[in-house]
Amino acid sequence: MSSTTNPSTHHTSTIGAIGAPSRRNTELALLVFAVLIPVFAYANVGLAINDEVPAGLLSYGFGLGLLAGVGHLVVRKFAPYADPLLLPLATLLNGLGLVAIWRLDQSERLQSSKLFVEAAPRQLMYSALGVALFVAVLVFLRDHRVLQRYTYISMAGALVLLLLPLVPGLGHNTFGAKIWIKIPGLGTLQPGEFAKIILAVFFAGYLMVKRDALALASRRFMGLYLPRGRDLGPIIVVWIISILILVFETDLGTSLLFFGMFVIMLYVATERTSWIVFGLLMSAAGAVGVASFESHVQQRVQAWLDPMHEFELSRQGVVGHTEQSMQALWAFGSGGTLGSGWGQGNSDLIGFAANSDFILATFGEELGLAGLMALLLLYALIVERGVRTALAARDPFGKLLAIGLSGAFALQVFVVAGGVMGLIPLTGMTMPFLAYGGSSVIANWALIGILLRISDTARRPAPAAPANPDAEMTQVVRP
Amino acid sequence: MNKPLRRIAIFCGLLVLTLLIRDNWIQYVQADELKDDEHNRRVAIERYATPRGDIIVDGKAITGHATTEGDFKYKRTYKDGAMWAPVTGYVSQAFGATQLESIDDGILTGNDDRLFFRNTLDMITGKKREGGNVVTTLNSAAQKAAYDGLKKQGAKGAVVAIEPSTGKILSMASYPSYDPTSIAGSNEAAGEAWNKLQKKNNPDDPMLNRALREVYPPGSTFKVVTAAAALEHGKYDSADEKTDSPLPWTMPGTTTELDNEGDIPCKDATLREALRVSCNTVFGKLGYDLGNDKMLETAKKFGFTEEQFVPVRSSASVFSDGMNDSQVALSSIGQYNTAATPLQMAMVTSAIANNGTLMKPYMVDALQAPNLDTIEKTDPEEMSKPLSADNAQILQSMMETVVEDGTGTNAKIDGVKVGGKTGTAQHGENNSKNPYAWFISYAKAEDGSSPVAVAVVIEDENAVRDDISGGGLAAPIAKNVMEAVIDSKK
Repeated sequence: MSSTTNPSTHHTSTIGAIGAPSRRNTELALLVFAVLIPVFAYANVGLAINDEVPAGLLSYGFGLGLLAGVGHLVVRKFAPYADPLLLPLATLLNGLGLVAIWRLDQSERLQSSKLFVEAAPRQLMYSALGVALFVAVLVFLRDHRVLQRYTYISMAGALVLLLLPLVPGLGHNTFGAKIWIKIPGLGTLQPGEFAKIILAVFFAGYLMVKRDALALASRRFMGLYLPRGRDLGPIIVVWIISILILVFETDLGTSLLFFGMFVIMLYVATERTSWIVFGLLMSAAGAVGVASFESHVQQRVQAWLDPMHEFELSRQGVVGHTEQSMQALWAFGSGGTLGSGWGQGNSDLIGFAANSDFILATFGEELGLAGLMALLLLYALIVERGVRTALAARDPFGKLLAIGLSGAFALQVFVVAGGVMGLIPLTGMTMPFLAYGGSSVIANWALIGILLRISDTARRPAPAAPANPDAEMTQVVRP
Repeated sequence: MNKPLRRIAIFCGLLVLTLLIRDNWIQYVQADELKDDEHNRRVAIERYATPRGDIIVDGKAITGHATTEGDFKYKRTYKDGAMWAPVTGYVSQAFGATQLESIDDGILTGNDDRLFFRNTLDMITGKKREGGNVVTTLNSAAQKAAYDGLKKQGAKGAVVAIEPSTGKILSMASYPSYDPTSIAGSNEAAGEAWNKLQKKNNPDDPMLNRALREVYPPGSTFKVVTAAAALEHGKYDSADEKTDSPLPWTMPGTTTELDNEGDIPCKDATLREALRVSCNTVFGKLGYDLGNDKMLETAKKFGFTEEQFVPVRSSASVFSDGMNDSQVALSSIGQYNTAATPLQMAMVTSAIANNGTLMKPYMVDALQAPNLDTIEKTDPEEMSKPLSADNAQILQSMMETVVEDGTGTNAKIDGVKVGGKTGTAQHGENNSKNPYAWFISYAKAEDGSSPVAVAVVIEDENAVRDDISGGGLAAPIAKNVMEAVIDSKK
């Protein structure tokens, strides 16, 4: 290292940054680890539970490797300058999620439940669909700015998706939260996960157009720039929509997620701190207001404040109470610093939703504090790459879209992990990539695809300037 | 646009930081608290993950283990469970643990701090955690004699036998009893068995350890305590001195005459004669003459008014303070408020048999590590000296007369000197309830030392309400227990 460091290489590397290397080989090397680590984890679970290497190891490893390989080849072909970390990170999280879901499939406790289904094969299928959508995004979305054209269609689409669970016959109420729709013959779908991306497209398109009006046409009052009444319109509409989601779909998390995403994007678009103040005030008012008359939300808050009491109520058979929060805390605590090891914990005591909303507890117990912190840092890295993409993007629409998607991703991770760890009240969302659930994994693969597309556009070397005829010294006359 | 972007990046970083801090909080700071929370099922899973150590009597385990379905791997089994239940208590996957199983749980499961070094070693070498053993002082022959005797009577009752020179508990039986194996699991059958044993469903209350946890009016057996008080406080110096005992005797402060059972020669009777025929008047007046304070002082020296820990807790026996004269008189013949556990009366007997020194009763001889190394050994410990050796020998000779030709002849053993005292306690409004038949006794070896002191109590349903029932029902059981101990020493 030191032998090669000299002023001239420093110099050339600064220049070289303009024509950024594609980094595809870095991505490939990282992908090898992202596939191998879950394969080892998979073998580990089998050895811990049945004392033998699981029979499905090869096909699992092959399947995950195939997904990663296809993803990589498509990126290499269609987005050669894309960020090299996002695909390996998503692959690793998806692979570890599959291992944890398969591990919980082996639990006798969960198998004895009437609701039990083998979740891992389905999740593998969902992952394949997710990667397919990822591929489709990269192949068909050659320039993210195309999405700008669909700003208002996106708004309509997002609203429809959000309202679908409320349609009688289509909506599917699972344990308090009405965030699913049932598609006959295909299973259930969580439209909120897709709405997240589509709304980000709408916000980015809308704010790009309106940012100047929102930022400049304002009155100064008590040190804050107050927006004009007509510019307040959109934020109030979004606020009302998220309150409506909270009230009618009783889904605190999604509501918080959309509103938070909007405030973040509004702030980035206008560079006005007053929007953040407004946003916080409005979300606080909304949350307190809804919590004061919505019993479902109140109960979630109670369960958060005193999970032990909730546990006891549940044990006494009081309807509507669940011991999951307490069981999750016990799982985390029992894992301790280093964890029990794959397959050796008892996180299945959580019961229902152990492999979806509460999957983080399995990681906490079996991989311990060390493993869970590493996992959280993987998420942090995805967000960091997303923010970096936003910084690098050359067009405002790309910037807004990238920060909206990564901000929403960060908020979702915070709301879910914070909920499971008892930091904030529990909400009905799932950990991106880790948790069992088709909508989540498919939508998040699409999200990664869009981020890769934006980063590819951002890092792509500028096309060579058209030859300037004036610069030509002489004309060569061919013989 | 890049400035707000960087701020958002910091904000996202703070979100992740908050999560990391929270994670450290629950997985490091609070980890042990959450991990050891009694409601956390992992605690129970861990507890039943390995076979429990055994409880040992006479070098043989009276416990065992069996594998079960579900997440609890092993459950406890008991050999002759009903007979040993007052000693072992129970440990159940569903209902927790009591008595020895609970007190020495750490040793039996292998989690005790004293096993920490071994456990750490085992963890490194990959050996599974094992439980240690609890070695008891009990004598299986004596226990069998006691339990079979109670069972033959078919009435509620209890027996406690102690080795006077050490305080070792040799026998501790209670009837009716229960088989703790039946409730050891966590399945439906265990739940049903448990419900059937509860007092509300079973008036016999088989899970009550009558030897330790039930207090009975001791009746005439308490007269030995009164006699000890009289000797210790210098009221009389010999067993054969005439006492100042009018007949009939009206209790002071009342117009009630204290009755004797039948027409027995109690007027100015010697202590020996009064104990032989069990004179209420003599001992009632004696207690009154000594007064509440002196009686209480002696009773306390014998262990009354305090809970005993053997190491299982026993109820405190009662001798009241602040009584009026007639109440002191009644209390001194084991009536009124006076109440004693069978253990207490065995302690009284053992102190007398051990020439006045009361040894602290105990039933755990040693705690063993899984490799049978002794971790802790219980040494005999003097608890108090309720009476001098001389006075103890006077009392012994009086009690031996009771067995020679008094109310306790049923306890005679060929070739062995036996001292004893019968008792029948009446209770309930106007003595309406079934009386308790008591017998306390000790056997004496040729060198004057005593190998065993025993107390037997039976809730007597059919017997006549006189002192004879103590001798008739309880004495034969005491005799068998003493014989069993003597035989096992040969």
